[in-house]
Amino acid sequence: MPKFHLTLTVNGEPRELLIDPRRTLLDVLRNNLDLRGAHRGCDSGDCGACTVLLDGLPVTSCLLLAADCDGMDVLTVEGVLPSPPARGVGGEGELHPVQRALVEKGGIQCGFCTPGVVMAAIALLNDNPRPTEEEVRLGLAGNLCRCTGYKKIVEAVMSAAEA
Amino acid sequence: MSAVIGQRLPKLDAPDKATGRAVYGHDVRLPGMLHGRILYSQHPRARVVGVDASRAAKLAGVKAIVTAADNPATKFGYGKDNTPLKGDLVRSLRDEVAAVAAVDADIAEEALELIHVEYEPLEAVLDAEAALKADAPLVHPERGTNLFTQYDYSHGDPAKTGEAGSQVIVEDDFELPYVAHAAMETSVVVASFDHRGHLTLYSTTQIPFLLQRDLAEALGLDGSDIRIIQTAIGGAFGRGLDIYPFEPIAALLARKSGKPVRVSFSRYEEFLAAPVRQPAKVRIRAGAKRDGTLTFRDVYALLDIGAYVSWGSVTPLVMMETTASLYRVPRVRFRADCVYTNNPITGAVRGYGNPQSTFFVETAMDRLAEALGLDPIEFRVRNANRPNEDTPQGLKITSCGLKECLEAVAARADKGTEGTQGTEGTRDYGSFRQFPQVPLFPKKRGIGFASTLNVGGGARIYRSDGCGATVKVDDFGHVSLITGSTEIGQGSETVLAQIVAEVLGVKIEDVTVLNSDTDVKPWDVGVHASRTTFIAGNAAHLAAMDARRQIFETASELLKAPPEKLVAGDGRIFVRADGNQQSATPRGRFAVSNHHSVDLAKVARARHFREGGKVIIGEGWYDPPTSLVDKETYKGNISATYGFGAQMAEVEVDTETGKVRVLRLVCANDVGRAINPMAVEGQIEGGVQMGLGYALTEELIVKDGRVLNPDFLDYRLFTAADMPEIETIIVETDDPQGPFGAKGVGEMGGTPTAAAIANAIYDAVGVRLTTVPMTPERVLKGLMELKETKEMAA
Ligand code: FES
Ligand code: FES
Repeated sequence: MPKFHLTLTVNGEPRELLIDPRRTLLDVLRNNLDLRGAHRGCDSGDCGACTVLLDGLPVTSCLLLAADCDGMDVLTVEGVLPSPPARGVGGEGELHPVQRALVEKGGIQCGFCTPGVVMAAIALLNDNPRPTEEEVRLGLAGNLCRCTGYKKIVEAVMSAAEA
Repeated sequence: MSAVIGQRLPKLDAPDKATGRAVYGHDVRLPGMLHGRILYSQHPRARVVGVDASRAAKLAGVKAIVTAADNPATKFGYGKDNTPLKGDLVRSLRDEVAAVAAVDADIAEEALELIHVEYEPLEAVLDAEAALKADAPLVHPERGTNLFTQYDYSHGDPAKTGEAGSQVIVEDDFELPYVAHAAMETSVVVASFDHRGHLTLYSTTQIPFLLQRDLAEALGLDGSDIRIIQTAIGGAFGRGLDIYPFEPIAALLARKSGKPVRVSFSRYEEFLAAPVRQPAKVRIRAGAKRDGTLTFRDVYALLDIGAYVSWGSVTPLVMMETTASLYRVPRVRFRADCVYTNNPITGAVRGYGNPQSTFFVETAMDRLAEALGLDPIEFRVRNANRPNEDTPQGLKITSCGLKECLEAVAARADKGTEGTQGTEGTRDYGSFRQFPQVPLFPKKRGIGFASTLNVGGGARIYRSDGCGATVKVDDFGHVSLITGSTEIGQGSETVLAQIVAEVLGVKIEDVTVLNSDTDVKPWDVGVHASRTTFIAGNAAHLAAMDARRQIFETASELLKAPPEKLVAGDGRIFVRADGNQQSATPRGRFAVSNHHSVDLAKVARARHFREGGKVIIGEGWYDPPTSLVDKETYKGNISATYGFGAQMAEVEVDTETGKVRVLRLVCANDVGRAINPMAVEGQIEGGVQMGLGYALTEELIVKDGRVLNPDFLDYRLFTAADMPEIETIIVETDDPQGPFGAKGVGEMGGTPTAAAIANAIYDAVGVRLTTVPMTPERVLKGLMELKETKEMAA
């Protein structure tokens, strides 16, 4: 099968690669680019674990053909964190306010849904910096979590909005 | 107040999970790793005439193919009835017929299509009742019957004295569905052999040490040839409590190809082939006296365990416990039959029989209260279990806050959303607003209650219910806890670190927890039965105390004070000033300057760097003082303590559509002591999400042995937008045997939820549902039947 020449900006860095045109954006992130923060919970657009930002908008990367994202800008959970850790070797990594709130408020248990939740919440707050609880719940309705019951996730996003 | 115990500390592993750094099973990539895929049966029951994999073998990139011919001679699984691949007979649609390892997943998939299997379809047994008929086809012909096991428990004499002594008797039939764990991470395993033929398995199992043994048996290896490394685990909920065929299959493929092999399930495959909660048909009869004292309970349950036995066949033990010991019941009979069918394989799911039994027991409780004209809370409190009381079943109840839990949720019953009963909704007539808004189909509100009893101090279902721990203090004063227990997201790592930090007087950041490698960690039976905080917590506590004894021994020399006068705090060892033991902070408590204290790291070095020096290593092993249930009578104290809880649900039922909206859930739980209240709340809130699904939306629909809704579009989990307001009340009873008074909580959140909601629906609209999920269709049907009965009566 002829390869597709894909150009992406991933977490601020330009990337160029030859891919099988059948690959989804999630496949390319996880397998070609070694970014395994986006998780595959269903591969059918139902769970949100694979959520990344594409040109600033949240998408379920398992549903998009990578070739359709050619020339676009992708932000994954790895790119949310200033990398390497801001205070250099041995320093503590900086967390985005959404990540920090999820950590501190107990919004993370097994953590499998977390990268998707982080990206969906960042997109939500970009769009609506002072959401109501209802708006947060609706904004995260596409991110399934089997562990937390969502209460602490919602509290975390609300508190990140206030921060 | 302690610096660490009782604090809302974030999980130690949370930052790595928030930044995408945690490595899950699906993220493991070993050099040369192949991708394994499994070919499943096409029929619920068929004779396999032949398997031809010759075309697949020729496909470039295919490195190994295994079929039943590659099976080791032994069978495995709880019932020793399973093999990695199936040969002559397939017994369900999830039966593995062949498996392929290839250089990438696409080639593996393509290879599966090239394998030709010839079947001769046979008549299948697809429901539990049919399976018990004399002429039913046999799922495992060599057993001679489809009945796998029976339970028959009793105390007192429910049939005679129970019934005769009752002024009211209620009876109901329940039908309970298949439920999936639906952990967000699907099943995954990576198997890799080294040159000596030793197997390393990267696994999401909940039972690393039992799996080590089971896998050895399944593969004809020695347990010591197997090392299990647990990755970050993306949810488990009981899924990982047994060995399942994909694990030995990965190992067989790895052995045959000489390469590491990963087998990872698609979500479709997860719904098809991962074990599920067994469906059941249940009849309950229960009685009470006029004064509200319970007289008896009599239960029969028929469970469809599917084509192979796993721990699902032991869930009747838990159903039995709820039936016999939730509230004080003088006479109880509980019988259950577990039968083989050609349906999906069933296993353990969080709650392990308890959501089911709490649903039928608490429904009966509600009906009795109504029949007696008693307030549902008053009735429950009157019959509630009490502290320090043995149940007739032999449970030794020590700490018990059931009454407090019931009173706590009752106190919140009318404080919430306005109007608890019969709030009339109105129909929106849109542009016809000139008409008065007529409440044609009112929305009605109701409240309902249910309690729960859970093991809270381990559960002896295996010869050992133990866990080992080691606490090491290094030359820098850093503490490592090596524990047998497993982190599956529930937060055990953090809670155990808190226990150790408290004993050694260090900050939680100074403790690292190692818990993922069978070559390193001491034995543990597994992460199940809400046992980790209690059992692994006690083991960690013992190990930390042992380490502290060593620390004090050396510190005593350095400080020239007897060990009994030493205390640990702030990362230092202090000499306690006489008569000053009460005040709150370590500094205050020990009221001394640093002249009378020494840094922990310095103690460690002083002990180490000297002639005949030693390093600080504390050991702990805890196996609770409990017993297996008696094989004949099913009596015995299976757990060292018991957890209790109560929930109140407030619902709104739309009488036009039958849709139930839960407005509020108030959950009170006796957890002994909350070592980390935030983690306790997280367990309750997460349990509630599963309980809500069980009550209202989740059902794996199985028809003719086939799962009809194998995706999240059709198998509906509660989302953030669907969740009601949840209020969590922690009741502390300070358990005498728990580490710092704690007992288990992991399963209690979701156990009473369906029952509380069913009782609330009844309160709202008078419809009594005895099947879950309580979908709009079922509620509407109930409303119509109610209307017909009323019209007939009129
Ligand atoms: S993996 Fe993309 S939505 Fe589930
Ligand atoms: S934390 Fe486990 S799925 Fe959300």
